[in-house]
Amino acid sequence: MTAKTLFAESQTATDTVTPKIPERASLPDQPVVTIEPSKSWVALNLRDLWNYRELLYFLTWRDVKVRYKQTALGVAWAIIQPLFTMLIFTLFFGKLAGIEAQTGGIPYPIFAYAGLLPWMFFSNALTTSGNSLVGSAHLITKVYFPRMMIPGAAVAAGLVDFAIAFVILVILMFYYGVAPAWTALMLPVLVMLTVVLALGMGMWLSALNVKYRDVRFALPFLLQLWMFVSPVIYPSSFLPQKYRWLLMLNPVTGIIEGYRSALFGKPFNWTALGVSTLIGLLLLVYSSYSFKRMERSFADIV
Amino acid sequence: MKPIVRVENLSKEYHLGERGAAYGSLRETITGAVRAPLRSLRRSNGNVKSNTIWALRDVSFDVLPGEIVGIIGRNGAGKSTLLKVLSRITEPTSGRAELYGRIASLLEVGTGFHPELTGRENIFLNGAILGMARAEIEKKFDEIVTFAEIEKFIDTPVKRYSSGMYVRLAFAVAAHLNPEILVVDEVLAVGDAQFQKKCLDKMQSAGEQGRTVLFVSHNMPAVTRLCERTILMEEGRILADGPSRVVVGTYLRSGLGTTALREWRDLEKAPGDDVVRLRSVRVHTEDGRTTDAVDIRHPVGIDIEFEVLRSGRVLVPNYHFVNEEGLYAFVASDKDPEWHRRPRPIGSYVTTAWIPGNFLSEGTMIVGAAVTTMGPVLTHFFERDAVAFQVIDSLDGDSARGDYGGPIPGVVRPMLEWTTHFEPRASDAASDGETFG
Repeated sequence: MTAKTLFAESQTATDTVTPKIPERASLPDQPVVTIEPSKSWVALNLRDLWNYRELLYFLTWRDVKVRYKQTALGVAWAIIQPLFTMLIFTLFFGKLAGIEAQTGGIPYPIFAYAGLLPWMFFSNALTTSGNSLVGSAHLITKVYFPRMMIPGAAVAAGLVDFAIAFVILVILMFYYGVAPAWTALMLPVLVMLTVVLALGMGMWLSALNVKYRDVRFALPFLLQLWMFVSPVIYPSSFLPQKYRWLLMLNPVTGIIEGYRSALFGKPFNWTALGVSTLIGLLLLVYSSYSFKRMERSFADIV
Repeated sequence: MKPIVRVENLSKEYHLGERGAAYGSLRETITGAVRAPLRSLRRSNGNVKSNTIWALRDVSFDVLPGEIVGIIGRNGAGKSTLLKVLSRITEPTSGRAELYGRIASLLEVGTGFHPELTGRENIFLNGAILGMARAEIEKKFDEIVTFAEIEKFIDTPVKRYSSGMYVRLAFAVAAHLNPEILVVDEVLAVGDAQFQKKCLDKMQSAGEQGRTVLFVSHNMPAVTRLCERTILMEEGRILADGPSRVVVGTYLRSGLGTTALREWRDLEKAPGDDVVRLRSVRVHTEDGRTTDAVDIRHPVGIDIEFEVLRSGRVLVPNYHFVNEEGLYAFVASDKDPEWHRRPRPIGSYVTTAWIPGNFLSEGTMIVGAAVTTMGPVLTHFFERDAVAFQVIDSLDGDSARGDYGGPIPGVVRPMLEWTTHFEPRASDAASDGETFG
């Protein structure tokens, strides 16, 4: 150490100061914060979430800003993924498997892209939010804030990619001469529904992942299977009539078919949409409470 | 006066060990998991009676508004758990605490900093994580930047910052939080000494403004300087609670803090960074015997064993000697000519410093051990109370105390060389001669 720093150090040690306790305005009668073991039934504490709403914004903004830092292609990645997946599927399924005949007159590339868009948002949202809590261990063990903000921000950040990839869809539709229908007004509702479903599953998975890291391995595998049992790259009419109800139990079915109906002006399958909404909302409520219950031990086991 | 923090019988139990341990045999685990996966998931959530420790046991205390309270104790005494419970990071197992004001915790500077983001962006992100409103951050932005002394680099990603700049920025954000209760853990162990002083001043002025501060630290001089009152913890309990000088003295004398030998077996968790890591620190006598009690007349050797993981740096081991009142006695850094300004190859090193006999004062000496790179100065680790030893004066009359038996103040008691020049006065000599000669 140099003489200068040594001096400053010993100066610190020998300075003697007596802190004064000044007069203060009176304290509140009720405690601002009460800390005790939580009861078995957990309140969601929505007010706390509201107080920290700016944090959700900043965490989302961070995830978006950081995602494509130090990549050569940058934001282009948000487009490359769905675009190339679409191209490959067009080549193999559109042409070879002959699905194109069953898309109701919509060129297969647009048909596939319109399905891949919400699916990729959903699957990326699940992956990032599922791993988000474990990835934020340094925050969880060091500072208090509502933990739900972390998986929440991961899902919200996915929306930005979704919006970018959506621009490509518009270009594709223009290229193939597919005019947007007035039913496109349903899109915001469908996006909301996707967010509800992604949040409902992502939040629960992220909490589970804190305790059982198996989630990290199971998730990609599960999502891959899930994609093939959802009408992402094929229409549900591809299945024989008597098995279609099975497909409808999958909450993603209603959403993806919904996007296509909205974009291409086809009639909505309200039953499938109803199933998706119901499952999405139930999942969101269940996982909120489940998350709250598991939240207590995050800092101890993460 | 009504307390702003009221802690009543707070306890926290931690479960240790592997999850599987609760099940019995592996076969049982597998068959159990196959038969009832859900049940096995639930069971591991339940309490396992063995393998638990109480990190906090029946801790109760009150803090008045405007008080700065130090919390000390050796590693694992429960200090950090207490702060974590109070800052709502983890829940207590039983008991309760009431806070009559907003609380902000500073358990580590730079929490949530993202290396890819610029200084400006990190100020907003970190502020939001610490609970500041956006408008509040905007208002204090310039002040924060000035405090951190990073004006020029505000739009540079923080991964390009020197570690000093990084810490300064991180502390600056935290220092501009405006809670009624501030909880601080060991943040002052980082940064150069001048910035440390600035941080201490900032905390002190927080106290003067009526802010309540709970301050966990191993830095005894800082505790005695900043805090009027200190709480000493041991094994999850409060051992002493009173005026800082008294409590710090109790702690240091009790030998709770340290021993003559400290080893870090797990290199990963040892103090240090990717350049150098601490292995052990040891106090020993001339014949190599590890001891925590040395004769004031004999030399005492301090060994530091460290592992250099990346070559090419000029590394200087240094020791910091603090007495039981928390007063810095002196700092000594490596003067071995063989390694003077010479970059160190990868390998294991043991450096010994010899404190001569008849130099230290009686009482406890706490030794902090650090390894520093020179030019620019960078501290790789600084273990504040690495080891400690007692200096004992046997009162045989041949030490520097001479024949005086009472207490002697001072952090050192060197055996100086005394000379006397005596010149008899001619007249006295003459009269002497006349009288007795």
